Amino acid sequence: MSFSKIKEALTGLKSLAIGLGLTGQAFCAENVTVIYPKEQVDNLSTYRGPVELVGKDDAPEVPKCVACGVCGKACPSNCLTILSPIPVKEGEIISSPAQMGPAPQKGAKGPGQFILDFSLCSLCGQCVKACAHKALRYSNNPYLVGYNREDFRFDLIERLRKRSRD
Amino acid sequence: MNAFLLFIAHPAARIILWLVLMFAFIGFNGLILVWVERKVAAYVQRRPGPLHVGPQGLLQPLADAIKLMGKQLVTPVAGDKMLFWAAPLLAFAPVTVCFLPMPFEGRFNPLPMNLGLVLILAFSGLGVVSLCLAGWGSNNKWSLLGAARAVAQSVAYEVPLLLSVMAVAICAGSLDLYAIVRHQGAWPWQWYAMKNPLAFFIFLVCAVAETNRAPFDLPEAESELTAGFHTEYSGMGFGLFFLAEYANMVIVAGVAAALFLGGFQGPLLPGVWWYLLKIYSILFFIIWLRWTFPRVRFDQLLNISWKWLTPLALLDFALAVVVAGFRSIK
Amino acid sequence: MQTFDPSTMRGDISSIRFEPGSTQDKMILNMGPQHPSAHGVLRIMLELDGEYIIRAEPVIGYIHRMHEWIAEQKTYLQFMPNMGRVDYLHAMAWNWAYAGAVERLVGIQVPERAEYIRVVVTELNRISSHLVWWGAYLLDLGAFTPVMYAFDDREQILDILQAVTGSRLTYSYFTIGGVYEDVPADFSKRCTEFVKRLRSRLPMYRDLVTDNMILRGRCEGIGELSVDVARRYGATGPVLRGSGVDSDTRKSEPYGVYNRFEFRIPTYTEGDAMARYRVRLDELETSCDIIEQAVSSLPEGPVSAKVARVFKPPKGEASMAVEGARGKIIVHVRSDGGPKPYRVKLRAPGFSNMSLFAELARGTMLSDAVSILGSLDLVIPEIDR
Repeated sequence: MSFSKIKEALTGLKSLAIGLGLTGQAFCAENVTVIYPKEQVDNLSTYRGPVELVGKDDAPEVPKCVACGVCGKACPSNCLTILSPIPVKEGEIISSPAQMGPAPQKGAKGPGQFILDFSLCSLCGQCVKACAHKALRYSNNPYLVGYNREDFRFDLIERLRKRSRD
Repeated sequence: MNAFLLFIAHPAARIILWLVLMFAFIGFNGLILVWVERKVAAYVQRRPGPLHVGPQGLLQPLADAIKLMGKQLVTPVAGDKMLFWAAPLLAFAPVTVCFLPMPFEGRFNPLPMNLGLVLILAFSGLGVVSLCLAGWGSNNKWSLLGAARAVAQSVAYEVPLLLSVMAVAICAGSLDLYAIVRHQGAWPWQWYAMKNPLAFFIFLVCAVAETNRAPFDLPEAESELTAGFHTEYSGMGFGLFFLAEYANMVIVAGVAAALFLGGFQGPLLPGVWWYLLKIYSILFFIIWLRWTFPRVRFDQLLNISWKWLTPLALLDFALAVVVAGFRSIK
Repeated sequence: MQTFDPSTMRGDISSIRFEPGSTQDKMILNMGPQHPSAHGVLRIMLELDGEYIIRAEPVIGYIHRMHEWIAEQKTYLQFMPNMGRVDYLHAMAWNWAYAGAVERLVGIQVPERAEYIRVVVTELNRISSHLVWWGAYLLDLGAFTPVMYAFDDREQILDILQAVTGSRLTYSYFTIGGVYEDVPADFSKRCTEFVKRLRSRLPMYRDLVTDNMILRGRCEGIGELSVDVARRYGATGPVLRGSGVDSDTRKSEPYGVYNRFEFRIPTYTEGDAMARYRVRLDELETSCDIIEQAVSSLPEGPVSAKVARVFKPPKGEASMAVEGARGKIIVHVRSDGGPKPYRVKLRAPGFSNMSLFAELARGTMLSDAVSILGSLDLVIPEIDR
């Protein structure tokens, strides 16, 4: 057992003791965990949650969206389904509720149905970027929960109406 | 309570009472130690640990026990069924015997014997057999590797363990734990940890290795062997191994407290509380070690034992013999 | 052509070629796709003689997601989110490689502010990737606490990047011609504070782990990689720098504005796992230096060039090499004049690094194989793409 080996062993033991000291210090330090749901994180305002429609300034339950369909085309995963009412032709008798077809429909002023299938969405932001009217933005809710896939087909117009009522 | 115990003269009744108390102690300890381990681990990692089941998570081990008892017991089809299920029971069996000579209280000795230490050392060696059976009976190459490592590790660390214990026994002149405790005093400078610190250090290292605790937990290395020898166990099979590991830890801590830290001797409080306090300090230290250090590689582990601990333990033993010899001449 | 009859096959397509040799003492073990330390779904077939590895062969493909095929189905801009998923730990580097390749193809000039922002977020992402590597490596070796400390620091980075990009892991922040949107006003302050905090934590990492006797026993002398073996397999990144080769894409083929910053490339000559470990820990400091310099000199201006959403690049090909946390990332894009790429080739550094494993692990013990695997810093989704 050469002297250098013994010295190495003692330095090694010292490093172990220093390590123990560090974990001992951590033991006495306070937790860094945010215990949900008693506490909440405070930086959700920048979080990219599922997209939501932006309401008009004067009529918050009406979306700014003009149903041009660009966001649906921009999406890499085909999450967005936008249907807008097919305008009635001249002279045609209105016999049934307005037919809807995929946006864009000539003459349509707004979306009739705006579905986001969040189970396909990758939160890339192409839809928000593509919208020329700034009608889409991110929501900030990370706490999404559902029992089946259908729970994640969001009806954005309905959600806008619900939000504007609160 | 102590007075009541002292009055029981019939030896069989005393042993039975002791066994009942010990089973309760082991069970209770299993629960407490699970909680302590998880809390210590959590605080070292700066997170709260079990928090929601009961106040500060105190009922978490109970929830764990209920969960384990409710799980389906799965036996590998091609494994050896008898060996597979004998292993957890065999892991637990020596524990009961090992608790008999433990000196909890100075005045109550359920089975006066003068070879208490030898009994503990002999039966704690039986634990390896259970690891072997578990590894073989699982029909799983990972378990086999774990079992092989466990055997080599146990055998290697028995030697310095015995030698360090012998050093203390020689100094005290007896193999009875009660006598060894009485040879020490109530204050730290009278303990064998101060008089023979090398033996204390060697004993602690060997204790951690014998109970397969990190940094020597290769037989159950989670990240290498997906749980080693107890990979195939579910539910209560795993629970028994788990409990046996904690019980072994308590035994080894109990022996360390008795041999080196003065056992039940201490000022003011009744002896049993001091003994428990010392046991829990050593257990806390062992748990602290687990959450700080990475695992030692297998051949390095054996090297530590054969190249460092055994020669040091031999040296220590020789010195102890010389010192004891001089003292007896006087 | 070799054919396999499923009814008589013992094993699967990979293992049938891995039949044991003539001796009976050896055991074939599968460090299977599900393993606590396989870093993803990597299957390693080992032939063991007791504890020693005679042969090792990695099997990949369990997480092949056909990114390169997907690229041919989407327009250039629509493919950007996929790049964040190839190697989720250093998503910004893959973003950059793809955006840079397309920009070179089309001939887009990226504004200066965007270039500086790109550098800062990529270096922040590199730090977070190295912290994950460090924590996971130590977890493989059996130390359960340093990963928590690393993740504590990583949370700070994730918070900063969340304020910038909105995501915490799979960033899709780059766009063709710049970055998606501007950074918030307190970005520089937060980056400087974070760098200061990380610098104060690095001595603790050193004391707790790097100098630890047990860790040094697990890492020193393990998996010694000589320079010609590394070159033969095309290893790059910290694996190559741990063998003494001073090669870093940021210095050898500077891209963006890296040539404006002063930073050193850590290199160690021993070639063992400890050298690679030290290279990565020193790279944390290098990244801190770069971030400090970039954030203090962030110019004003637009953050992206005006590029149409669907554009048709001229026929041709372009490629871009970027220094990722694992090595050299190359994205090669070929266009046939249409709105969708004709071919996108993703060169993952992990693929070359992993190929070393078979040679490095021969003759070592099982524990050493785990240590070597960890020191190579593999992310299997990147290898399988």
